[in-house]
Amino acid sequence: MVLEKAILATITTNANKVTAGASIFICDDKEEMEKVAANLEAILDGISHALSDELYIIVKH
Amino acid sequence: MNEYTYPILFGVTIGTFARMIMLKTDYRQYPTYLHGKIIHLALGFIAAGLGSVAVPAIMEKEFTAITFLTIAASQFREVRNMERNTLSEMDSYELVPRGNTYIEGIAVAFESRNYLVIFTSLLTTMAYLVWNIYLALVVTVICIYVLRKYMSGSTLGDIVSVEEAEVSFDGAGLYVDNIYIMNIGLPIRQKEIMKYGMGFVLTPKNFDVRSTIANLGQRQAILHDVSVSLGVIRDSGTPALVPLIKRDLDDGRIGVFVLPQDKDAKKAIKVIRSVPVLENAIRMPSESKAQNK
Repeated sequence: MVLEKAILATITTNANKVTAGASIFICDDKEEMEKVAANLEAILDGISHALSDELYIIVKH
Repeated sequence: MNEYTYPILFGVTIGTFARMIMLKTDYRQYPTYLHGKIIHLALGFIAAGLGSVAVPAIMEKEFTAITFLTIAASQFREVRNMERNTLSEMDSYELVPRGNTYIEGIAVAFESRNYLVIFTSLLTTMAYLVWNIYLALVVTVICIYVLRKYMSGSTLGDIVSVEEAEVSFDGAGLYVDNIYIMNIGLPIRQKEIMKYGMGFVLTPKNFDVRSTIANLGQRQAILHDVSVSLGVIRDSGTPALVPLIKRDLDDGRIGVFVLPQDKDAKKAIKVIRSVPVLENAIRMPSESKAQNK
């Protein structure tokens, strides 16, 4: 089976919102979260999507 | 030299010439260089030869000779494969790919043009042999007129109306008019998209068109043509900057989101209107029996 989409990383400011799965990056505030997400987007060649204000995921399309 | 030499030469010349006028380089940029063109001119020459000798073969009662036309058919099917393979290989390196539907359409056109050359040569040689060179020239002009007129299909401008629409964000959701395009999380990306992005809404003119423009291959063709004609703000490593088309499920309109380097709305509308309607995308639900009863 070929996976067309996959969550490559999860970035959050609220550690309670996520458990295991893709790599999780826990940040102190929204600003740091956005920086990390922007970097990861470029590194992983995926798009960062906002699920809520405190939860971003990087998805490979 | 015999009585067939001049008619055959005439037919071959006209056939090759016909292939030449069907081989234009436009924004699709293929084939551009001489090598690519030579391949098609050479195949056109072969096709013209086959078409031309068919008539003398019948006149000499060499009916079995006609079977070589079947070899021609398989030969030119190979042309279609060649085009499909080359274009598909190259497609993965395009910033905005053509998509398989578009490629298939191009490949079919390349194959059929060789058959058109065969017919042209056949008709002109026949006219030369049956009547004379002057009537053969008249037949040539008619053939070339028909080729030019029916060579191109319809364009999107015939089937949809195109309007510019506002690009906006609702939270992380990117919208063109009221059509949802995608989720963009990062505020920096959102700013880039607001800066570079443009939106257009294509409204189908009738029910048949709804399914045609819903076709994913047709949508990809629109994105490719706009990106080729107006440039695209995109690079490997910036996957968030991606032109996309989504559909309004309620009324079949499609929202086109593009990132052109030349942000000229009038030009963009013109480009979208002149995107070819892909043969493989055309659907005609109104022709189905269920509709007519």
